[in-house]
Amino acid sequence: MHVSGIEDKARKARDKKAVYGTDVDLESYESEAKPQETFDNAEDLPSVVKKAALDVGVKLDSESSGAYVQMDQTAVVAKSLYEGVEIMDMASALEKYDNLQDYWWKLVSPDADKYTADVAAAPPAGYFIRAKKGMKTVFPVKSCLYLGSSDLNQRVHNVIIAEEGSELHIITGCTTPAHVQRGLHIGVSEFFIQKDAKVSFTMVHSWGKEVEVRPRTGITIAEGGSLSNNYILLKPVKTLQTFPTATLAGRGAVASFNTVIYSTMGNIDVGSNVLLNAPDTSAESISRVVCVGGEVIARGRMTGRVPGARAHLECVGLLLSDKGRIYSIPELDGQCRDLDMSHEAAVGRISEEELEYLMSRGLNSEQATSVIVRGFLDVEIKGLPEELKQEIKNITQREDLKGAP
Amino acid sequence: MWLLEIDDLSVSIGSKQVLKNFNLRISRGETHALFGPNGTGKTTLLNVIAGIPRYTIDGGRIVFKGEDITHMSMDERARLGIGMAFQRPPAIRGLRLKDLIKIINPKADATAILRKMDFEAFADRDVNRGFSGGEVKRSEMVQLLAQQPDFVMLDEPDSGVDLENIKLIGEAINTLTQKDLRPSQRTKSGVIITHFGHILDYMKADRAHVMLGGSIVCSGNPGEILEQIKRSGYEGCVGCTCPV
Repeated sequence: MHVSGIEDKARKARDKKAVYGTDVDLESYESEAKPQETFDNAEDLPSVVKKAALDVGVKLDSESSGAYVQMDQTAVVAKSLYEGVEIMDMASALEKYDNLQDYWWKLVSPDADKYTADVAAAPPAGYFIRAKKGMKTVFPVKSCLYLGSSDLNQRVHNVIIAEEGSELHIITGCTTPAHVQRGLHIGVSEFFIQKDAKVSFTMVHSWGKEVEVRPRTGITIAEGGSLSNNYILLKPVKTLQTFPTATLAGRGAVASFNTVIYSTMGNIDVGSNVLLNAPDTSAESISRVVCVGGEVIARGRMTGRVPGARAHLECVGLLLSDKGRIYSIPELDGQCRDLDMSHEAAVGRISEEELEYLMSRGLNSEQATSVIVRGFLDVEIKGLPEELKQEIKNITQREDLKGAP
Repeated sequence: MWLLEIDDLSVSIGSKQVLKNFNLRISRGETHALFGPNGTGKTTLLNVIAGIPRYTIDGGRIVFKGEDITHMSMDERARLGIGMAFQRPPAIRGLRLKDLIKIINPKADATAILRKMDFEAFADRDVNRGFSGGEVKRSEMVQLLAQQPDFVMLDEPDSGVDLENIKLIGEAINTLTQKDLRPSQRTKSGVIITHFGHILDYMKADRAHVMLGGSIVCSGNPGEILEQIKRSGYEGCVGCTCPV
């Protein structure tokens, strides 16, 4: 798409409401951000940023393949520590690679809705991560998107390319410091997982009570490629809506989505959409929701288009308060013969039997509830390096995740 | 002094009365066995002592260590020293057995306990999840060995367990009830429900009772009572001359 074509589409979709989620008034947010100081190394970042990153599971240290940190609209760190992985801020990548013609806005359309249009109309910011052909990394690329100014509309556009036979692990923490009362984060991400490449993408969100979030993600997976996508939201947010779409385009491609939500307030609309377009592809989507307040809509959609495709959806929710709502929407769309597609959805309460069992061992009702809730959120995630697995475990096993107050 | 005293206890579930004017006393250091056909109230008795809330207490009281616990919560009873091995415990997703041991008793030597029950391979497994019948029983014993209750209740710890593991479970029950000490030194007590009495070949019970229709109809020496049941069935206990 020509740059002018992108701008044109964006202009036309400026007021186009999204299919899902509450409508955000873009006009009520600031679109200009003050530029931030940049740093050569992640270690040099202000301690407040490093601590915020740590809270969302991103330990900015040398045990990584590289780092990308964005404060408001400025890429303050973009550095690779491993020659097999290229990490750049988006403006530099567009300049270096002739506007990334084969990738830029290829999986997410600028006119998908007003949010994508808004990102398309803004100057480019976000990360470009490329794992070079055959390069396998164990240490993850660590990235942090930090919304540090009140009332800002933070716009991010990321492109991730895992070239043939590569292995890439990314952890992204998105966060706001406590002093930011209100804000909007729109993040467009496009993932290109090429032949036999293996990618894990783990995203941990920690926003404020008055922050609205609209990620827009497109993923394509070629023959033999795989993606393990993990999304964790345990802190309050005002509204959040995301529905990443993955296309399994080549034979044997695999996608797995794990979503872990602990909701106390707000309106959270999450899910994943997988198109199984090639033979022997398989997809799995598992979501675990604990709701003690607010509304959570947990979607999952799988579309099987070729014989032999396998898909499984699991949406399980624990609703622990009258002030909350969990709306689980698993959808299976089979479009040919010889498919194997299934789903399992449940919304319920903590089992009395489990509670009594733990209480018979001396745990009080609150402790027992907390143990059960944390166990419920402890999703078994395959294909992650051990360190990252432990990081996720640490986040989902926090002591303050409880039953209803 | 009695460790546990149950006086005239009547219990119902919904409109059905399960225990009728039930009486039982267990001294410190004593282990009792409970026999009786299905549906006679044995599991209900243990559940009511443990404090599971689904039952209605229509009358009577339960006194433990001199304290009336009839209406005390489950966790308070556990902290007071009551422990129970469930017949069919639930699985807890995401809770590893070794973590539960630490939660039950932070000072417990998890490794030693798991080794004692030949259960080290299950340390990182979710509690009871996907366990076989015999593995569930060992998991229960592991948890009780960590909890170290003063009064342990065992609901059919031998059902579904192979011979090799029955021995292991019997030994664990002996440990929990301090059978390695001289009788006068023992302070811990227990009650065990068993259908066939196999477990009694591997553990020591001091006294036995036969329950029928929600009350005890016969009490005495475990070996003799088991013999009598084998000879003339539970009904034979009704008119027997054993002192109740």
